[in-house]
Amino acid sequence: MSEAVRQQQNPVDAYLRVDRLPSIWCAGCGIGTSLSCFIRAIERAKLDADKIALVSGIGCSGRVAGYVKLDSFHTTHGRAIPFATGLALANPELKVVVYSGDGDLAAIGGNHLIHAARRNIDMTVICVNNFNYGMTGGQLGPTTPLEARTSTSPYGNYEPPFNLPRLVAASGGTFVARWTVYHLRQLERCLAEALVRPGFNFVEVIAHCPTVYGRLNKQGQGTDGLRYFKEKSVVKNGADPAEADIALDGPIMLGKFVDIQRPSFCGNYQQVCVKAQKSK
Amino acid sequence: MAEAAVLQGQFFITGDEACAEGAIAAGCRFFAGYPITPATEIAERMARRLPRIGGVYVQMEDEIASMNAILGAAWAGAKSMTATSGPGFSLMMENIGLGVMLETPCVVVDVQRAGPSTGLPTLVGQGDIMQAKWGSHGVYEIIAVSPSSPQEMFDLTITAFNLSEKYRVPVLLMADETVGHMSEKVVIRPVKPEELVERRRPTAPPGKYLPYQPDADLVPPMALAGQGYRFHVTGLTHDERGYPVMTADAHQKLVRRLADKIRVNRKDIIRYEEVGIEDADVIVCAYGITARVARSAVQQAREEGIRAGMLRLITIWPFAEDRIRELARRARAFVVPEINYGQIVLEVERCAGGKKTVLVPHMGGGMHLPQDILAAIREAAK
Repeated sequence: MSEAVRQQQNPVDAYLRVDRLPSIWCAGCGIGTSLSCFIRAIERAKLDADKIALVSGIGCSGRVAGYVKLDSFHTTHGRAIPFATGLALANPELKVVVYSGDGDLAAIGGNHLIHAARRNIDMTVICVNNFNYGMTGGQLGPTTPLEARTSTSPYGNYEPPFNLPRLVAASGGTFVARWTVYHLRQLERCLAEALVRPGFNFVEVIAHCPTVYGRLNKQGQGTDGLRYFKEKSVVKNGADPAEADIALDGPIMLGKFVDIQRPSFCGNYQQVCVKAQKSK
Repeated sequence: MAEAAVLQGQFFITGDEACAEGAIAAGCRFFAGYPITPATEIAERMARRLPRIGGVYVQMEDEIASMNAILGAAWAGAKSMTATSGPGFSLMMENIGLGVMLETPCVVVDVQRAGPSTGLPTLVGQGDIMQAKWGSHGVYEIIAVSPSSPQEMFDLTITAFNLSEKYRVPVLLMADETVGHMSEKVVIRPVKPEELVERRRPTAPPGKYLPYQPDADLVPPMALAGQGYRFHVTGLTHDERGYPVMTADAHQKLVRRLADKIRVNRKDIIRYEEVGIEDADVIVCAYGITARVARSAVQQAREEGIRAGMLRLITIWPFAEDRIRELARRARAFVVPEINYGQIVLEVERCAGGKKTVLVPHMGGGMHLPQDILAAIREAAK
C-alpha cells in the first residue's frame, strides 16, 4: 500500500470489515461514532486485537459485531452477556467485550446484566442508549424518559425509565461510567481505561436517534442531537449514580461514577479450585 | 493431589451422576446450569467435580443464560454442557436454534418430567420428544439420543459429545426422571483418547479461512476465539464468510446444508438395539425407560407364542426411518408405548407402510405396566 493511500485511509479501518460498509446505520446516528471511539480505545489501551472477543445482541447497536474485524459474535436478543460469560470463563485470556443497545441489555437482557455485574465477570459492557428501539421503528424501551413519545407511547411515556449507571452500580459493577457521542475524547479515554481493568466494567454511551426517537420528540437532525449533548451535559466524576436520572430534554450527568476493586468471579473461582483440589 | 479426572471402576450411582461422569470422561470442562428437578443432581455432581479437575462450573440466573453460556464456552474451545428438565428446556429453545445456526458443538441434557407446565416435577414423562425436534423456530435438524439406564447415561453422554463435535450441532440427551434418578451399577471403563472426537480445526490461515465453508461431509472446520482468525458469526442468514446475506438464495443454501449435514450422515448418527426382531410379527418400538418395560412385555408375549420383537431407539433424532421401513416389509404391526399422548408413534406410522401401528400412551407421573404393553401386543397380533 502506498503512503498516499495509507494517509487517505481512516485509521479505524484496520479494525473494520470495510467490505461490509456502508453500515446499516442511518445518517446522523450516533452508533458509528461510538464504534470509532471504541476502536481508538483499543489502540490507546494497546490491546492485542487477536485476543478480543466482541459479542452483540440484537438491534441497531447489536450490528457492531458484524462490522468489527475482531472475533465477533452476533447472538440473540438480550443474550450477549451470558454468551460472553461463557467465553470469558472458558478462556480467561480473552478480552471480552459486549457491545449492544439499551433495549437489548436492559429490557430483554436485563436479568443477565445485573447478574454479570453481581458476579463481577471480567468483561466490558458498552451500552449504547438511544432511548428507544430504533431498528423496529422507535418503540418504547426501558430507558425511554417519562413523557417521551415513541411509536408505542403515542401520547407520551407513562413508565419511569431505568437509570442504567445506578442499576449496574447497585448490582455490583466495579467500573461504571457514562458519556455521550459528542464527548469523543472522554469516551475514548474512558473505554481505554475500562478495557484494561479486571472485573465488570459498564460504559453507557448516550446516542441520538434522529430517524425515529429524535423525530418523534422534535429533537431535530443528528447535529441537533450533538448540540443537545454539548449544551445539556453536566460532567460530574465520582457523583452518586442515583443523581444521574435522565428526563426528556433534561440535563445528562456524565463521568466516571464508580471505580472500585473487588474480587472477580475468575479470581474467586481459582481459589475455590485450589481448595477443592486439596479436599478429599 | 488432584484426583484422576476420569473415574474408573464400578460404581453404584444414579443416572444423573453417571451423566456427569460421562461428560467429564468425554472431556467436558465447562458446565453452566440452573437448578431444576429432576436434573439438579447433574449440576451438583459437576459443581463438586469440575473445580477438582480444572473445569468451570457456573450457576447461571436462568436456563436461557445457561444455554448461552455453554455456546460462548464452546467458542472459547471448551466442551460444554447444561442439564435441565421440561420448563428449562422450553426456555432454552431459542438459543438451541442459535447453536444450530452458529454450528456450535455442545450437549443439552433434558431429564424429562411430566408436563405440560410445572406438571409433576418429581415424576417421569417423555413429553418433550417432539419439542426436541421442532422446539426452536425455523427449519433445522437436530441430534437427540435417549438413554435407558444409568450405564447408558454415562455411555451416551460420551456419544452425545462425540456427535456434537463431529457435526457441530447441539446434541440433546433426552433422558427421563426414572433413568436419571435410579441407582444401578455403572461400569466406567478406561476411555481411550482415540474414542473421543474433537471438532475439526481450520487448515487455512487467518485471512484465507472461511468460517462456513464446509468440507465434503458438509461440516465446516471451526476456529476458536482468540486464535487470530478474526472471524464473525451471526444468527442471521449468512454466507461462507459468516457475513449476513438477506436473500432467499443464501438462506436456501445455508439452511439446506445445516439440515443435510444431519440427513446425509444419518447412518453414522443413528443407533438402535434390536431384540428378537428377525421373525417378529409384532414389533414394539420404544425408547428410554419405557424400553425397559417393553422388554419384559415382549418376553411375555414370546412365552405366549406371539412372535414379538423390540426396536429400541437409542438415537431418536434423526429418526431411524430407513430401519422402520425395512422392518415394515415383513412385520404385521408396530406397538409404540411412550409416556406421552403419541409422539414417536407418528414417526413410526409414517414409515410403517400402512401396517397397523398401535400407540400405548401414558400421560406421565408413572411408567407403563408390562401388561399394558402386552395387551397391545396381543391385540396387534390378531
